[in-house]
Amino acid sequence: MGDGAPHVHRPVGYHRTPAGVIGSVARYLALAVAAVLFLLPFYLLVRNGLATEREITAPDWQLVPETWHWENFAELFGDPAVPMVRSLVNSVVVAVLQTLGQLFFCSLAGYGLARIPYRHANKVFYAVVATLMIPAAVTFVPSFVVVSTLGWLSDLRGLVIPGLFSGFTTFLFRQYFLNFPRELEEAARIDGLGHWGTYWRVVVPNSLNFFAALAVISFIGSWNAFLWPLVIAQDESSWTIQVALSTFLTAQRINVHELFLAALVSILPLVLVFVALQRYLVRGVTETGIKG
Amino acid sequence: MSGVAGDGRTAPASARRRTGVRGNTLAFWLFVGPFAIGLAVFVYLPIGWSALLSFFDAYNTVTPSTFVGLDNYVDMLTEGPFLRSLGTFSLFALFIVPLTFVLSLALALLVNQVGFARTFFRSVFFLPTACSYVVAALIWKLSIFNGVRYGLANTVLGWFGADSIAWTGSTNPPWYWLVLVTLRLWLQLGFYMILFIAGLQRIPQHLYEAAWIDGASPGWQTFRHVTLPQLRTTSVAVLLLTLIAAYQAFDEFYNVLGTADGYPPFARPPLVYLYYSALGSGGQDFGHGSAGAVLLALLIALVTLLQGKVFGFTRRED
Repeated sequence: MGDGAPHVHRPVGYHRTPAGVIGSVARYLALAVAAVLFLLPFYLLVRNGLATEREITAPDWQLVPETWHWENFAELFGDPAVPMVRSLVNSVVVAVLQTLGQLFFCSLAGYGLARIPYRHANKVFYAVVATLMIPAAVTFVPSFVVVSTLGWLSDLRGLVIPGLFSGFTTFLFRQYFLNFPRELEEAARIDGLGHWGTYWRVVVPNSLNFFAALAVISFIGSWNAFLWPLVIAQDESSWTIQVALSTFLTAQRINVHELFLAALVSILPLVLVFVALQRYLVRGVTETGIKG
Repeated sequence: MSGVAGDGRTAPASARRRTGVRGNTLAFWLFVGPFAIGLAVFVYLPIGWSALLSFFDAYNTVTPSTFVGLDNYVDMLTEGPFLRSLGTFSLFALFIVPLTFVLSLALALLVNQVGFARTFFRSVFFLPTACSYVVAALIWKLSIFNGVRYGLANTVLGWFGADSIAWTGSTNPPWYWLVLVTLRLWLQLGFYMILFIAGLQRIPQHLYEAAWIDGASPGWQTFRHVTLPQLRTTSVAVLLLTLIAAYQAFDEFYNVLGTADGYPPFARPPLVYLYYSALGSGGQDFGHGSAGAVLLALLIALVTLLQGKVFGFTRRED
């Protein structure tokens, strides 16, 4: 969406009248100002991450520093007080496992609910829909109680597994599969495929765009999640990068420039995902947002 | 899983018809079962367990010890902090919901009306969606609103001859609200802008042409009489989503206002309050924590039920 010619909400030729020209200039001016404001925080991350301690709070604060201190990278990753690599690895593992697991369990369930006739399917579907009324974050205390009983505190299982069973993702998959062209599935049946074969060899390969859209949303959500990892990852060895950043931000035990650089490193993977897969992300947002 | 495939592949058509119902039952549970078990253990069980715990004393234990009836609920609803947290949420929502609505709609209209560099602007406004609240809190707290005279916000104030402000440390007037609200705006405006752009592009062009023929001038009149009514569904969705998101606010409050000495007694939205009362340093109180979670869940379920009434969960099917 959105590429190419503007969606014309004005009569043809309007843009060539004086009022139209002034309007255009004003619009671009407003957009440019807004764009600078939106990009500024990202720039501050880079600027402060590659500055010295003094350059961040000194009276002669400059927007563009005279020298960029690239050696800060070595300092950050060599600082034994900051479990940078460990936290990043934890975050990658959690986000990848959670994304793949959620897609696997929720798409299967969504397909079953949409396409396999079963007497009590409606009751199961209502049990899924009922969970949409309560956001997972609101029940973090109850979930903590269950996870700690299972002995999963400061454990990868506690971070990943409770987030796999999203009623909302299953609901979205069900709605999507309801609109999947039946002819393709019938052709698969004639070729002798069962439910599993139809799903795995015909439905999934023809739905990769939808899977990608939900995967991007899920990955970003998992990478940026904070409250649940804060509650579960109590030992430093199980910290995700968000918990590590937050601990150093609130306790302020490390140098400010290291903190900014760590934050910069933490958003780099996401900015890459964002730039490369923005198409899917936009689709994911419109799919999940409107129906949320 | 292979059993399902084998069942479909090898059984002759007539046999399959005869065993059809049972075969489908098995297939249904093979597809839905793993998810259903997960949902039962990690969604329904916690809620049920908490509902039970909420009628008991449960200090530093997750098993019910002494039955106290409705005492936990009475405490929550009569002692100040829980109700104050709902007040904090209401105040936050009062700022964030209308501001997000107006500004994201404005961005969508602007982006949608330009031709050159449209994709660029859309991406720039959307980019903060990839940023976490923790990172945004870091930038807001230690760089833009760091409270020292040479911080970015105070430098800008200085240009206009105004005095420096302590921002996150300022409670009278409560400038920390400005920090929290601008942070969330930066992070979520792009998301809702995308929803509005999608809504705008669904408006049929002929409605605008008809309006011009009727003499409506491009600009306010067509916006008021064509665009806004056509965006009704999107608008309601955006309002509800921002409200529900504000209800769950935790990350930026915790990271902007929390310090090495703990969290200040004010500005605690519901989840922050619950975090410190149920899991905070003063020991774990799961009886009250569960009662609070149950109350918050009931409250939000009410809102979502209203939302379901507005949209209907089966809209796609008709």
